[in-house]
Amino acid sequence: MKALVKIMPKKGVLDPQGKAIEKSLNQLGFPQINKVIQGKLIEIEIDSKDEANAEKIIEDASKKLLANLVIEDYEITILKGE
Amino acid sequence: MEISIIVFPGSNCDRDIAVSLKKFSKQNPKMVWHKERSLPKSDLIVLPGGFSYGDYLRCGSMAANSPIMSEVIKNAKSGAYIIGICNGFQILTETNLLPGTLIRNRELSFICKNLSLKVENSESGFTHKYSNKEIIEIPVAHNEGNYFADKNIIDDIEDKNLIAFRYCDENGVVNDKTNPNGSKNNIAGIINEKGNILGMMPHPERATDKTAGLIDGEKFFTSILESIQ
Repeated sequence: MKALVKIMPKKGVLDPQGKAIEKSLNQLGFPQINKVIQGKLIEIEIDSKDEANAEKIIEDASKKLLANLVIEDYEITILKGE
Repeated sequence: MEISIIVFPGSNCDRDIAVSLKKFSKQNPKMVWHKERSLPKSDLIVLPGGFSYGDYLRCGSMAANSPIMSEVIKNAKSGAYIIGICNGFQILTETNLLPGTLIRNRELSFICKNLSLKVENSESGFTHKYSNKEIIEIPVAHNEGNYFADKNIIDDIEDKNLIAFRYCDENGVVNDKTNPNGSKNNIAGIINEKGNILGMMPHPERATDKTAGLIDGEKFFTSILESIQ
């Protein structure tokens, strides 16, 4: 089974990388782009037949390592049929 | 006194700090590889600077889960002194031994220079040889040194006088202009409430030898060595 963990900076946390990308895009001729936030996407393969169980394990992994809850939020998506 | 320095893959200040500790203690600290599962008896444990695990995922996040770290945490909880410098500070926040975290520098550039610091708490086991509000000059070298925590935590560490060092200019002025990396309240180093754990981004081990320039790190080492005697 495959899953994706999307990790994004929490609201209000300085995201200098997102800001730099936004500035670059504006300079490149995309003035209509006015907000960029950079996060991370992690793809996981997990041995589990049961989606609920897989999600529980990945939730635990996200809290313990993948995300830093001081500055980041995470969102788990189980990829159906993979 | 027994001193251990934890060495992670990518640590690069482990030998510098060993040289400084040896200079002032006349003893050889023990170098402990991160894969060890037991720690020699230690009055002081140092997590050195560097780029443990190539800074993968987040700075310090992999090292925080190294086999040796459960021993370090156990020792920290039973009162051993712990120092984390630069990457070591990042590791201490990732293990939750210290609050908050260190994010990318505000201006996105690696900062490598000598900076002025104000000693905000000169009563701790790590800083008692300094005078109150003493201005010292210590080098920094980091890309993720921007100390961040939510307002409640910042208020709490301010109220409890847990800020060891703050970035300032040579006259001691603390403001946004003298904040090199965007750290909340110009925080350069903090202490835990119990007073046995310190994390700081600047490198006192690079300021202990006249031939290399700065010597303001000396009192840092003489303070902690006196504390563990």
